Amino acid sequence: MPTLDFRSAIREALDEELAADERVILFGEDIAVAGGVFATTTGLYEKYGAERVFDTPISELALAGAAFGSAVTGLRPVLEVMFGDFLGLAMDSLVNQSTKYWFLTEEQVSVPLTIRSVVGAGGRFGAIHSQMPVSWFMGVPGLKIVGPSTPADAKALLKASIRDDNPVLFFEHKRLYGNQGEVDATPARLGEAAVVREGTDVTIATAMKSVHDALEAAEALAADRVLAEVIDLRTLRPLDLETVVASVRKTNRLAVVEEGPVTGGWAGEVLASVTEDALGYLDDAWRIATPNTPIPYSPPLEDAFLPGPARIAAEIRRRLR
Amino acid sequence: MSRVSDEPATGVLDDVELYLGIYRRMLLIRGFEDLVQSLFLKGEVYGTTHLYSGQEAVATGVASLLEERDRVAATYRGHGHALALGVDPQKLLDEMLARETGINGGRAGSMNVNSLADRLIGSFGIVGGSIAAATGAALALQRTTGGVAVAYFGDGAMNQGYFFECLNFAQVLKLPLLLVCENNQYGEYTPFRSVTAGEIRARAEVMEVPAETIDGMSVWAVREAAARAVAHARGGNGPAFIEALTYRFVGHSRSDPGAYRPEGELERWKQRDPIVLLRAQLEAEGVDGARLDELEQAVARELEEMRERGLAAPFPSELAAREFKD
Ligand SMILES: Cc1ncc(C[n+]2csc(CCOP(=O)(O)OP(=O)(O)O)c2C)c(N)n1
Ligand SMILES: [Mg+2]
Repeated sequence: MPTLDFRSAIREALDEELAADERVILFGEDIAVAGGVFATTTGLYEKYGAERVFDTPISELALAGAAFGSAVTGLRPVLEVMFGDFLGLAMDSLVNQSTKYWFLTEEQVSVPLTIRSVVGAGGRFGAIHSQMPVSWFMGVPGLKIVGPSTPADAKALLKASIRDDNPVLFFEHKRLYGNQGEVDATPARLGEAAVVREGTDVTIATAMKSVHDALEAAEALAADRVLAEVIDLRTLRPLDLETVVASVRKTNRLAVVEEGPVTGGWAGEVLASVTEDALGYLDDAWRIATPNTPIPYSPPLEDAFLPGPARIAAEIRRRLR
Repeated sequence: MSRVSDEPATGVLDDVELYLGIYRRMLLIRGFEDLVQSLFLKGEVYGTTHLYSGQEAVATGVASLLEERDRVAATYRGHGHALALGVDPQKLLDEMLARETGINGGRAGSMNVNSLADRLIGSFGIVGGSIAAATGAALALQRTTGGVAVAYFGDGAMNQGYFFECLNFAQVLKLPLLLVCENNQYGEYTPFRSVTAGEIRARAEVMEVPAETIDGMSVWAVREAAARAVAHARGGNGPAFIEALTYRFVGHSRSDPGAYRPEGELERWKQRDPIVLLRAQLEAEGVDGARLDELEQAVARELEEMRERGLAAPFPSELAAREFKD
């Protein structure tokens, strides 16, 4: 199996989908000639030309609108919104046009668009280039939200997102781009979680960068004979509740790790859903997330702010005592 | 455009002492940015920075006309705007260094610096956000002190909805707003011409807002245009718009391949380095070169001391943040 970094996996997925379907177009700020500020689109403009891959003005409102309008007029747009923090500007068209259309057309017309965006903290980018905007969108029916943790998933899930007939928000955690991993041609399906480490004592459900932190915590816990099962949710909307509930039936404890403010986050949604479904199996259930403040710049502050491996392990030890 | 001749003539600078002060500020900004860059390369400044090198004439020229009651909104490329307003350079440096002694305690970092005490509402990381912040400030100033609000933003921000909405809003409400578009020819790696229809200035003119395109490398050209614009806004006539043609001498941010610049373009613009132009003009006005050399050395010493103090300052140990004010 070829080994790729996360960044190249994204690039390959885009390349293959542009090649496979001529309705796919790719646009955004600095993505064509410059190859993207995170270098995820290098070479695609040269390969497919300006018809298919193009740079845009800094106009997120226009970009999101153009994605919607073109998606209901025969194209399959893939839009890059450079940082997730800028999604506020793209939100209206996405929420009030793209995610409503399938319903309002009496399910005659779907909106096959993908918005890729770079998210997450830990890069010392401060309060407005580090956010995790998943929870801004969790309450929007008709929207899929995807967040891979490995190069293999980055490729497979991005391909699945582009092929999906619905609006999809695809989040790329900026601290994963350099990660290496084996990437095969196995397709993935949106809405399916994966058990990435088996255990019997506690279930840790999480996504994106935090999957790696949870795995590191699980390793540390194993030394104390605490066996944690780690679930990579991969798609946050729709949630794969079944996989989480199956795990909880075995472990009876659930910790949901969310990089994002504890209040109003998706971790609360996971807890609520599991509680409704499997209350009788639960001995303990809680969230490990970030405080309800913006993200600080200074490294010691940002490190303490994030739910890293040490905090995950410490909380699990404390709750299991 | 009123492009100033590069052949220095006497009698151009209305107040030589004032321009000596501006010259010192420009040196401070350039030296500060060089220092930030060197500390960034050493791993002492984190994340990313957007440097102001090359654009110093704009921030210093405009700031030299502002009063205590005025307010400024800057962008993520805001170190120069902050220093031009008189933000303590040590505190600004300490913020870059992520120290507790930083102007925002290490919470903000390069892109989000704010200091209301220095009239700086903030530096805004969303392209176009500075325009909105200054529009609101102008709304308040119109109802209170009669001050003027200044928004700095780039050529790239001209394509944001924020620009069009705020300009129209300010014009119909006749807000005391000065819009300063620093056209440094690029938004990140993309030449502004390839993503911008028509002339930048025309977008203000169509809303009947007085607009000028000026030589942003000449601080006296900036001052003259800003004086007209500020007088217009302060006089209750609504917003005014300036497009200052300038150039950044460094990369967009920390990771910039620079491949987008046509060969020789950077060198051509560097021949019109605003600091070199002002120095030549000051000498033409009879200022002794030795005095200017002394200024340069004093600023260099100041920066060296700042560097040492900054690196010795403590990091914050804990985020004592409350979500809300009680
Ligand atoms: C809404 C938004 N979109 C994109 C970005 C990413 N970005 C940061 S700076 C920049 C270029 C801005 O160019 P310009 O307005 O000309 O200002 P300059 O950086 O040249 O000073 C872009 C696209 C952003 N910060 N905010
Ligand atoms: Mg620019």
